[in-house]
Amino acid sequence: MLELKALHDQFGYDITESRFRDNRRFLVPSAKVYHVLEYVWRELGFDTLADLAGVDYLEYPGATDRFGVVYNLVNSVTGERVIVKTHLNPPDLELPSVVPLWHAADWMEREVYDMFGIKFAGHPALRRILMPEEFTAYPLRKDYPLKGRGERHNFPVITRAES
Amino acid sequence: MAVGLPENVFLTKLDAAASWARSNSLWPMPFATACCGIELMATAASRHDMARFGAEVMRFSPRQCDLLIVAGRVVMKMLPVLQRIWLQMPEPKWCISMGACACTGGVFDTYAVVQGIDRFIPVDMYVPGCPPRPEQLLAAIIEMQQKIKRTGTTFGREFAQRQTPSGPPPFDRDEVRRLQEATAVPGLEIYTPPNTTIGL
Repeated sequence: MLELKALHDQFGYDITESRFRDNRRFLVPSAKVYHVLEYVWRELGFDTLADLAGVDYLEYPGATDRFGVVYNLVNSVTGERVIVKTHLNPPDLELPSVVPLWHAADWMEREVYDMFGIKFAGHPALRRILMPEEFTAYPLRKDYPLKGRGERHNFPVITRAES
Repeated sequence: MAVGLPENVFLTKLDAAASWARSNSLWPMPFATACCGIELMATAASRHDMARFGAEVMRFSPRQCDLLIVAGRVVMKMLPVLQRIWLQMPEPKWCISMGACACTGGVFDTYAVVQGIDRFIPVDMYVPGCPPRPEQLLAAIIEMQQKIKRTGTTFGREFAQRQTPSGPPPFDRDEVRRLQEATAVPGLEIYTPPNTTIGL
């Protein structure tokens, strides 16, 4: 059972907890997030990374930070679930990769990088996973237009005479 | 007959004979990327049975096909594949754009989805619907057969004249306006449209 007090003793008092029904969310500064995740995996047995997602808080009511990265952890023995969150602000969009802890993080971190441009230091192959390699924008950022910036029209046109 | 032909001999034009043969043995290349692909499979299956119209030989190699059926939405990453498949198909060849997404992008008016394949490859027949019923696809195939019989030539002369794209210009007017209003990002050459003046 992960208690806030244990995290405070280990990592200092800038970690906060919030609850919604039975969800327990721990907000961790980005500099400490790898150590916290390593601690909850090694010491408390959270052996499954169920989800890793990025959030863009641009124009979100009450938000003070631009990006969030959310780790959804499960202890497969006890069934306990914990959500670890961290916030990031440009231009420093870099987090340590958690692939050494959970291999499941590989493609999820690539997706977060593809959609939000958040880099994960130490990732084995941080390439785009959904968008084409030559795509240069990060489409899930809120300042990117829904219809794109013309990338979807930027292809050669084949007519009957030349095919 | 007046010219004195035997009963088992008839006269026709070579173009008409070739087109008749081709139209009754279309070999479709299924390019199924979404739910339209399921309807395409249903069209080929026993209840609707595309074999009644000679189009049952689905080949998954473009070299063996002469009818491309694009069933489903095509995204940016898939369009080069689609164009390559189209170029790999031997002449004479035709293309059916099946469903709202392949024809116009459908409800997926987003950054990654191509807004109609006819902007980038030639399309001969459009099938509306989301997804179309198998009957609609069969109707399109019958219509396609009639079109081949009507316009087909032995050596595909009719294709050489079609030098304009069958679809709208690749840029929408409102998108061009938005591009001009948007602040340019230096160093991102993909944002620079190749032919922004089209359609203005």
